[in-house]
Amino acid sequence: MRSVVIVGASLAGVSAAKSLRKHGFTGSISVVGDEPHPPYQRPPLSKQFLAGTWDRPRVDLRMPDTLGVEWMLGARAASLDAYRRDVVLADGRRLPFEGLVIATGARARRPRWYAERAGAFMLRTLDDAIAIRDHVRAGARRFAIVGAGFIGSEVAATLSALGCDVTLIDIEPVPMLRVLGEPIARVCLRAHEAHGVRCELGVAVEGLTGTSSAQGVRLADGHVIDADGVVVGAGATPNVEWLDGSGIVLDDGVACDATGAARGIDRAVAAGDVARLDHPYYGSHRVEHWNNAITQADAAARTLLGGAVPHVAIPFFWSDQYDSKLQLVGLPSPTDTIRVVEGSLDAPRFVALYERDGVATAAFFFNSMHRVAAYTATIEAAAREATPAAAP
Amino acid sequence: MKIVVDFDACMSNAQCMRAAPSVFEVRDDGFLYILQEEPPESLRAAVEEAARLCPTQAITIEDGGAK
Ligand SMILES: Cc1cc2nc3c(=O)[nH]c(=O)nc-3n(C[C@H](O)[C@H](O)[C@H](O)COP(=O)(O)OP(=O)(O)OC[C@H]3O[C@@H](n4cnc5c(N)ncnc54)[C@H](O)[C@@H]3O)c2cc1C
Ligand code: SF4
Repeated sequence: MRSVVIVGASLAGVSAAKSLRKHGFTGSISVVGDEPHPPYQRPPLSKQFLAGTWDRPRVDLRMPDTLGVEWMLGARAASLDAYRRDVVLADGRRLPFEGLVIATGARARRPRWYAERAGAFMLRTLDDAIAIRDHVRAGARRFAIVGAGFIGSEVAATLSALGCDVTLIDIEPVPMLRVLGEPIARVCLRAHEAHGVRCELGVAVEGLTGTSSAQGVRLADGHVIDADGVVVGAGATPNVEWLDGSGIVLDDGVACDATGAARGIDRAVAAGDVARLDHPYYGSHRVEHWNNAITQADAAARTLLGGAVPHVAIPFFWSDQYDSKLQLVGLPSPTDTIRVVEGSLDAPRFVALYERDGVATAAFFFNSMHRVAAYTATIEAAAREATPAAAP
Repeated sequence: MKIVVDFDACMSNAQCMRAAPSVFEVRDDGFLYILQEEPPESLRAAVEEAARLCPTQAITIEDGGAK
């Protein structure tokens, strides 16, 4: 193979380029990305960058000078001609490839009631974060945050630390309920309340108020939350539209086997938020976390170079909210039982295990980073054991 | 090989400790400690993995060798 085209110039795409070089690929690599900025890190956008403690250069994704790739930034892939093996750009240019890496990630999901207007924001890109930051700098003080998932919760924490008056709204009765389960989600709720963030929970949002600019949100119970700014964190949607009709199998993301090979086409792989891999432990599964993009990109690079190995890394993510550091390792399900194994839910730090039939499926860490490595090994071993056939 | 950690960037996420526990340790004070600043070549693969997984790109490996 002499040429690889990578579509998506963010974490998964850049990691794939690094891994291709690391595994000995000396051919040409072109990286196509529709954002105008050089690759950057998203996690600080809701944390240090929004807070103003990290400036623009700190957010850049670091890369060795020796990567040797051709950057095509500000260029959008419009379609894939799988027969001729060309990526077709929005301006009509065709990029022939032998190997293809699909790393187009995801975008913020747009609720039906959302409307583009001044003072209304979603948060996925650097430009989104700059817009919110500028709005605060221009004097906006009252914020309504819609969606108490990770991004919404982090934005609420960051804006309240900046002195803003924040209301956090979610249809569920506690923040982050679906990911963390009730007892642990309650710990997060307590943190918001302790920092003076008002929580409007268990209620749907019906729409934005205000005409030329957002003045708040209207709730389904008739209540109106007035605000100078509204930030919506309603999850993410994989960017796969450019692959419609290409023959690549799409199923809430790019359907891949366990090694990252995309189904429906030869010598094409996917990694990161856009990829739905057949995980040896968890089955068909799409993950929207930082480390996953790095490890999947490595598996994808090896697959493309002919040394296919299944991607077995277990999910890991972290979140920083107020002064607390949260981490989750593994894949809990809503019916798992939660057992606190160190500290207690009222303590400033604790570790909890999610268990199903007595087997640990995931571990949650609250200000307990020093325990992450040990419990990760436990969760990995349990997952491997529960899936004997898949053991690498 | 010399390990340099940008402690302003380090968020104590302990991913490095998973990859190379004999080099990186996050202690219960929440801070990262480097156990060996110049680990032997035999640990290069593990240290490179640590640098790659570090979410904030805080780890640099200095002198020769690949990155
Ligand atoms: C605000 C925020 C905070 C986060 N915090 C955390 C955290 O604390 N911990 C954690 O584990 N994870 C966090 N994440 C998730 C993490 O950032 C993602 O998992 C990671 O960015 C995935 O990388 P990716 O390269 O797969 O996708 P993306 O980063 O989405 O990159 C895909 C790129 O492809 C481009 N693209 C899309 N379509 C096309 C096309 N047709 N042509 C060309 N280019 C295209 C996109 O514009 C984008 O630049 C956070 C995400 C956000 C938004
Ligand atoms: S992985 Fe990076 S951020 Fe985490 S403790 Fe190690 S150096 Fe610090």
